[in-house]
Amino acid sequence: MSDPKKNDPQKNEAQMNKPSAKKSVKWGEAPKMSILDALYLPAIASGLATAVRHAVSGKATTRQYPEAEPEIPPNYRGVHRLNRDEAGRVKCVACYMCQTACPANCIEIIAAPAPKDDPHWKDRDKFPATFTIDELRCIYCGMCEEACPVDAIELTSIYDLTGMTREEMIFDKEKLLSVFDETVKSGQDPVRTNRGNLGPAAELSPTAKDAPPPPGRGKSG
Amino acid sequence: MINTLFESWPVLWPALAAIGVILAVVPFLGLYMTFVERKIAAYVQDRVGPNRVGPFGLFQAIADGIKIFLKEQLIPDHVFTALYFLAPAFSLITAMFALVVMPFGPVATDYKDGFRFVVAPGIDIGILMMLAISSLSAYGIIIGGWASNNKYSIYGAIRSCAQFISYEIPLGLSILGVIAITGSLNIEKIVEAQSGSLLDWNVFWQPVAMLVFFTAALAETNRLPFDLPECEQELVGGFHTEYSGIKFVLYFLAEYTHIVTVSFLTALLFLGGWHFPGLPGPSGASTPILLLGLGVLLAKVALVVLVIILLRWSLPRFRFDQLMGLAWKGLIPLGLVNLVGVAIVLSLGLPKHLLIATVILPVLAAYYSAAKFNASMATTDAMRQGLSPQGAVSYE
Repeated sequence: MSDPKKNDPQKNEAQMNKPSAKKSVKWGEAPKMSILDALYLPAIASGLATAVRHAVSGKATTRQYPEAEPEIPPNYRGVHRLNRDEAGRVKCVACYMCQTACPANCIEIIAAPAPKDDPHWKDRDKFPATFTIDELRCIYCGMCEEACPVDAIELTSIYDLTGMTREEMIFDKEKLLSVFDETVKSGQDPVRTNRGNLGPAAELSPTAKDAPPPPGRGKSG
Repeated sequence: MINTLFESWPVLWPALAAIGVILAVVPFLGLYMTFVERKIAAYVQDRVGPNRVGPFGLFQAIADGIKIFLKEQLIPDHVFTALYFLAPAFSLITAMFALVVMPFGPVATDYKDGFRFVVAPGIDIGILMMLAISSLSAYGIIIGGWASNNKYSIYGAIRSCAQFISYEIPLGLSILGVIAITGSLNIEKIVEAQSGSLLDWNVFWQPVAMLVFFTAALAETNRLPFDLPECEQELVGGFHTEYSGIKFVLYFLAEYTHIVTVSFLTALLFLGGWHFPGLPGPSGASTPILLLGLGVLLAKVALVVLVIILLRWSLPRFRFDQLMGLAWKGLIPLGLVNLVGVAIVLSLGLPKHLLIATVILPVLAAYYSAAKFNASMATTDAMRQGLSPQGAVSYE
């Protein structure tokens, strides 16, 4: 009863089989502490030197935001715009594809039959009477842009969207068209993300058909 | 009563003027030290720092001050109201009160009438009183932590209490050597003893004492790497968790006043105060010389403040047992042995510059601690490999 550990053969065997008892196990050694390490002062001095070196280097990486604006990549997904065709009409054919694709339910379209007697609209069946996007609800995923068969809705690289009320953040058709005009004027055209062919609605439009294809898309587009 | 006032006016007005200077400058200094600290922090971290308000952001400190004065005075329901209000005020009062005997410019030891750069000149227990009063600021923190009625606050306060008690000892020990050789507790006389050549500065024959003093004083200011009473990761805000608005500012001002005090004390006790080789002393000096001396002292203080701020951004925070270990196992023995060295030099009548040999003390301590650490690591390694050297205890 003096020492059960020593008298128990099973326990001894278990102890012998421990990985620590095997000579094949290679053990790393803790690094030795030198006098300089134990004195701490050299480490403090080198820490201070690092701090001073950074302080006097003058290599601040801060961007002075309102004065210096960031470079936004052209495929950035910012505020939406509604494109116009060459005739200046809204490109949208009110097919509801974007509204269906939208995971945030932020697009609301009310379609109306195109005025057939107007020669200006004779190649269209439908057009959006209203087209509103709730910019606060939008998650800027870009799925509306991918769903659009006629490249009517696009996300621009405008990132600094602000407003004083929730109401003014709900963009209607005129507002979205004015975003198009603005971005065209300031040369901020987004890159086209629709990789496939455009839908038949776009094919029907003579203006869209005759226009030179945008860069990055085949003649069939 | 009025007559007494008139008669004592020549003695009274210099003190009042000095009080005015301190009361006007110290809060301003505290306010601007936050700005300087933010700027230096930014530069160290490759940022720009506050640069929007005024040229180079110079008015940022004033904007901060206005903001914090206009803030809502939030008083939580669960606090002990009287103590809650008392604590920050007490903290600042003690911090400011310690400045009474501190000369903030050249003061001649003949103490003539007229304006002097000290509120109470010629106090013969000057440095003792200063240490005594400034250590009272622990009360401000403890009362604040208690009054907050919040476990994080009281933990911070308890830590602060333990830290203060531990670091008071090396703080006192480190300046005992200086006091013993100068033969006076009077701060002006201690500075006077450092006139003459550069080598008469106390740092050149008491380097270890200065190291111990600076470390302990840094711990007294509750700043990184010793800011355990308010370390955010563990204690939210420590003792000032429940404080906001102007009451928080009082704590803040007290802390920065402490830094100013510590910097002044380091400059006065160890770096020669207002003395600089080639510059005449303050007794019978003209005003430009006095102003030059003031500039020298302020430059030394600024240097110490800069080191304190830079240390904050170079060192990680101590663990609590490391903090206590540093005081009790490092600084107190160093201070004691240093004091023994001073006693030997004094009693044998040797020149005091022999004490420069005390730099060997930290090296010896480091050698001992490294050897001990390596031996313990060797034991651990041996045990893990099942070799079990003599005297080692098995894990099983």
